[in-house]
Amino acid sequence: MPEEYLLRMENISKDFYGNRVLQDVNLCVKAGEIVGLVGENGAGKSTLMNILSGGAVIHETGGYSGKIIFDGKERNFTSSFEAMAAGIGMVHQEFVLIPGFTAVENIMLNREIAKPNIAAEVFGDRMNTLDWQAMRRRAVEAVRTLEVNLDLNMLVKEMPVGHRQFTEIAREIDRETTKLLILDEPTAVLAESEAEIVLKVIKKLSQKGIAVLFITHRLQEILDVCDRIVVLRDGRVQKELKPGETNAKEIAEYMVGRKLTDQSSGNTKARSFEGVVLKVEDLWVDMPGEQVNGVSFEVKQGEIFGIGGLTGQGKLGIANGIMGLYPSEGRVIFKGQEIELNNPKGALRNGLAFVSEDRRGIGLLLDQPLSLNIAFTVMQAKDQYVRKLLGGLIKWRDDKAIAKLAWDYIKRLDIKCVSEQQIARELSGGNQQKVCLAKAFAQNPEILFVSEPTRGIDVGAKRLVLDTLRHYNEAYGVTIVITSSELEELRAVCDRIAIVNEGQIAGILPASAEPAEFGLLMLGETELKEGA
Amino acid sequence: MKEKLQAVISGIGLPRLLIGLFLVSLFVIAPFVGVRVDTSINDVIARFAMNAVLVLSLVPMIKSGCGLNFGLQLGVIAGLIGAVTSLELKLIGLAGFLAAMGIAIFFAVIFGWLYGILLNKVKGDEMVVATYVGFSVVSLMCIMWLVLPYKSPDMIWAYGGSGLRTTISVEDYWFHILNDFLKIELGSHIEIPTGALLFFALLAFIIWAFFRTKLGTAMEAVGSNPEYARSCGINVDRVRIVSVIMSTVYAAIGIIVYQQSFGFIQLYNGPLLMSFPAIAAILLGGASVNKVKIWNVVVGAVLFQGILTMTPSVINNIIQSDMSETIRIIVSNGMIVYALTRKMKVRA
Amino acid sequence: MKAMNPVLKALIDYAVPIMFILLVAVAAPLSGLSVEFLANEVMMRLARNSFLILSLLIPVMAGMGMNFGMVLGAMAGEIVLILITDWRIVGIPGILLAMLISTPIAIVFGYFAGVVLNKAKGREMVTGLMLGFFMNGVYQLIVLYGMGKVIPITNKEILLTRGYGIRNAINLEGIRQSLDNLIKLNLFGVQVPVATLLVIAALCLFIIWFRRTKLGQDMRTVGQDMDIARTVGIDVDRTRVVSIVISTVLASYGMIIFLQNMGTLNTYNSHEQIGFFCIAALLVGGASVAKASIPNVFLGVILFHTVFVVSPRAGAQLIGEAQLGEYFRVFITYGVIAFSLALYAWRRKVERENERKKQMMLHRAALQGKGGAGFAQADR
Repeated sequence: MPEEYLLRMENISKDFYGNRVLQDVNLCVKAGEIVGLVGENGAGKSTLMNILSGGAVIHETGGYSGKIIFDGKERNFTSSFEAMAAGIGMVHQEFVLIPGFTAVENIMLNREIAKPNIAAEVFGDRMNTLDWQAMRRRAVEAVRTLEVNLDLNMLVKEMPVGHRQFTEIAREIDRETTKLLILDEPTAVLAESEAEIVLKVIKKLSQKGIAVLFITHRLQEILDVCDRIVVLRDGRVQKELKPGETNAKEIAEYMVGRKLTDQSSGNTKARSFEGVVLKVEDLWVDMPGEQVNGVSFEVKQGEIFGIGGLTGQGKLGIANGIMGLYPSEGRVIFKGQEIELNNPKGALRNGLAFVSEDRRGIGLLLDQPLSLNIAFTVMQAKDQYVRKLLGGLIKWRDDKAIAKLAWDYIKRLDIKCVSEQQIARELSGGNQQKVCLAKAFAQNPEILFVSEPTRGIDVGAKRLVLDTLRHYNEAYGVTIVITSSELEELRAVCDRIAIVNEGQIAGILPASAEPAEFGLLMLGETELKEGA
Repeated sequence: MKEKLQAVISGIGLPRLLIGLFLVSLFVIAPFVGVRVDTSINDVIARFAMNAVLVLSLVPMIKSGCGLNFGLQLGVIAGLIGAVTSLELKLIGLAGFLAAMGIAIFFAVIFGWLYGILLNKVKGDEMVVATYVGFSVVSLMCIMWLVLPYKSPDMIWAYGGSGLRTTISVEDYWFHILNDFLKIELGSHIEIPTGALLFFALLAFIIWAFFRTKLGTAMEAVGSNPEYARSCGINVDRVRIVSVIMSTVYAAIGIIVYQQSFGFIQLYNGPLLMSFPAIAAILLGGASVNKVKIWNVVVGAVLFQGILTMTPSVINNIIQSDMSETIRIIVSNGMIVYALTRKMKVRA
Repeated sequence: MKAMNPVLKALIDYAVPIMFILLVAVAAPLSGLSVEFLANEVMMRLARNSFLILSLLIPVMAGMGMNFGMVLGAMAGEIVLILITDWRIVGIPGILLAMLISTPIAIVFGYFAGVVLNKAKGREMVTGLMLGFFMNGVYQLIVLYGMGKVIPITNKEILLTRGYGIRNAINLEGIRQSLDNLIKLNLFGVQVPVATLLVIAALCLFIIWFRRTKLGQDMRTVGQDMDIARTVGIDVDRTRVVSIVISTVLASYGMIIFLQNMGTLNTYNSHEQIGFFCIAALLVGGASVAKASIPNVFLGVILFHTVFVVSPRAGAQLIGEAQLGEYFRVFITYGVIAFSLALYAWRRKVERENERKKQMMLHRAALQGKGGAGFAQADR
């Protein structure tokens, strides 16, 4: 009996260093079908696609379990070339394009057509002369299939973003063997008109019998283009839906849902707050991968304000921009006074503190003792923990006071270490995060920004970190702004939560709102009707 | 047991171990080929005292992330200007020495500041740019030495009357002014230049103390994680410039220490390749492109000068010919190539 | 973000050649040398150096920057010429044999250099520089100690008095001018070594053809972006090593051509300076660390060597010291390299920043054109 499905993924499971990311996922795709893959952060979409396309990271971290049957044969791709050879093409979010090459060169990258010559006999195939004419013809064909106006001789770096996307797609479909095309957020960086063209292209490919699997979070696209929608949640297939038989709310419901584990103990009482402590107006932040395109919001004094949203939509850029770490424009008004952007020192001096999402990258000096890590920022920004000698000319580091400070926090936050001199690199993820928190607390800030507070930390430490933040807020009245990929975490701790989509605030809801409502915001369905 | 041995070896570093063993073996062989061990020790100590400050000068820039200072020549030239001007002013003894240092430091601060601005503009490519800036400035100074209006008869060409000589003696001025200070004589062959060693210790102490201040702490952070430093409000560019000025000033002081020991001021192409031995020495001592400790300076300078001293005398006596230059080239440059091919310690 | 005025951009891109043209315009008349003399000198130097400079092009294509390690190829050529001279093989056969034997040696040196440079990605130029110094030591081991002892040398005239080790200077009379004189023309008073020029032209054709091969395209890809090259399946490390091997072999041939013109081998000094001079000439011709083409080679060799020839005399006229001119030449050589490298590093930084800013502005414009994707601030 001929195989009904082009692709069958059966019981796919995968874990990364003990963390279960995919659990018994079953996915089937027919030839020419367009399947949309939807899910929250960490649902497992990218991992699943990586397994299918032979991404190196899968193989390097212990492979996966389960079966993949593609085109009638059981396969196990350990490299992207194997997947390509079998007929699976993938277009990633970061373009694999060489800016200094033309469209033709990029489309034919490492698949160039060559004419044999004598030198090749002696020195090997790579001495064959390239046949640019033949390649140009192939590129023209590919572009014609897309029905786009692509200047093949233009250098990629001179192309508008949409055309770069087309070039990538052209490269994948030029492979005559391509039967399945995987697209990861293909319209993320495109203008509306360009996005429409890509969607048309997808439909065209499907008509030609090429199956398309695409990851997206844009509701409209899902409903317009897909034949089937697969919703992933927490590493499992939550539901499969047909666009004609469902609606936005239902999709959001399945995507975000309510967890059955703890976290229902959250803010049991809705708190009320007086006074606006932070006002952000039309903030634009140029943070690669998390661009902010004009956000405006207010934070009330003493509240715990959450910023959530899908990865790459810009939520991480907000705090980074306010703290001056990435080029920003707009206005930020703190306690009634406008603070200067692009000035980390100024932000720190004004009483803002930040615990970055990049704990190991910019949050810690990994080769220094944890005591120095805790005291560093407050030492540099506010001249504390130094002894002034010679009338202030020499600022000698007060190692004794720093050690005392460190011990204070080691006790308060239960940081597990050998001594306060232990090198930060040697601490566990959870304890490193506690050091970062201590570093922020040591500054006695009036407003604390924390990004991804529990990323990469074990469950026990997670609780402690969240409880610490809550306690700090309740005891000292410090306003806290938490940015997190985990909606449940935000709902457990925050008073209000803003969802960022495509670099802008899609909406702000009280933490007690239904998860599905947050889900809708993440999918781009904003509430245009006030109070309705 | 094997693992422990491996840990010890990688802790010391294979090249260092090999060269250390090589040096020890030279000392062992020495008496058998007619080379006096005590004279050799004396030479090694003397050469250490002569060169150590130049090696020390590399520390600030490594700590701040500017890499190995291939443009050391800039500081050396500031030092040369100081020395030559001091001689022109006919100052002798301590006054001459201090004047030389003072003038040298003045120029070193200016050169260092400009050099620092340049290095900030070429972040990531500091080393190769610094090498050629160093070479260019030495060549430019060759023209300057000819043209500058120095007149002291001790310094200019005897016939012809203008332009400085290639080698100028400091015999009558401040020769051995540090070396002879509190010098200790052990037996008839060993003379310890206490003054110079104390001076080095003082300069090393200043660096150690600096890295315990707020600015020094900031500088270390800039070197190990510039993004972190920036997020704490530190002006990374400014801190880097300070480190470059410090390195240049120390290099200027270093060449004057060298001259008081050696006895001569070497102009024109003398300083051309001076950065390489210093860099090789500090790498030999265990430093890397972005990590260094003060004891790397001491260990490295001792090992390096040890090789330079012992190899000619011992090997030449064995094979009856002068291989010292060739060996110096291979060891010193090989050390630098080795260091450049090490993986940089990943931060995160 | 300011869009660069195209005239300003061109001025910066070609700053070095422009400066040199001005320098020539000033110094040449000052030196008092006749046009015919200059033309002869420049033609001779062009024939002598172009092959060497051309050998630098391929590593630039592969993203390795200026190949300071070309010195290794030069050393291979020198070692072989010493042997040829010892075996008393003269004339064109001598040169051909030299090239034949230098090939495997240059391949070994080049392979070694390539492997080392692969371990120093991002620091290729300074590593190549230090590697060149290091190999100089190895060269001395071979030539100053090995030859006569381990490597048999029969011609006592080229050995030092102690019985082993090559003298400081060897007369290469066997092959002197052999290639140059093969076909010599006299055009308007200028001696033109046609055979040599034909060889150079052949290399140019080879380079042009090479760019159109798969290997050449792979090198260009690696040179543009190593990570992407790796992602699409190109063996990056191997490609880079091959580019250095080719360059080293070409450099060895180039050194043989150079020395047959000079007629004398300065055993221990010839190769030291050759690296700097060739790289400086290439940069003077308008090349950069990332882009170098054949016109850069010829423009560079003409400009650079003209300045080289006229400096001593111009210096003498200007200040009264010929020595000044000599120092000036050296300063110019180093200065050009320093300036070009600094300029390139700075421009690369600025271009990357501008690119990001441009992207952000375009994105912003697109979004604002779209009318914004929902500004709702529904706050309950």
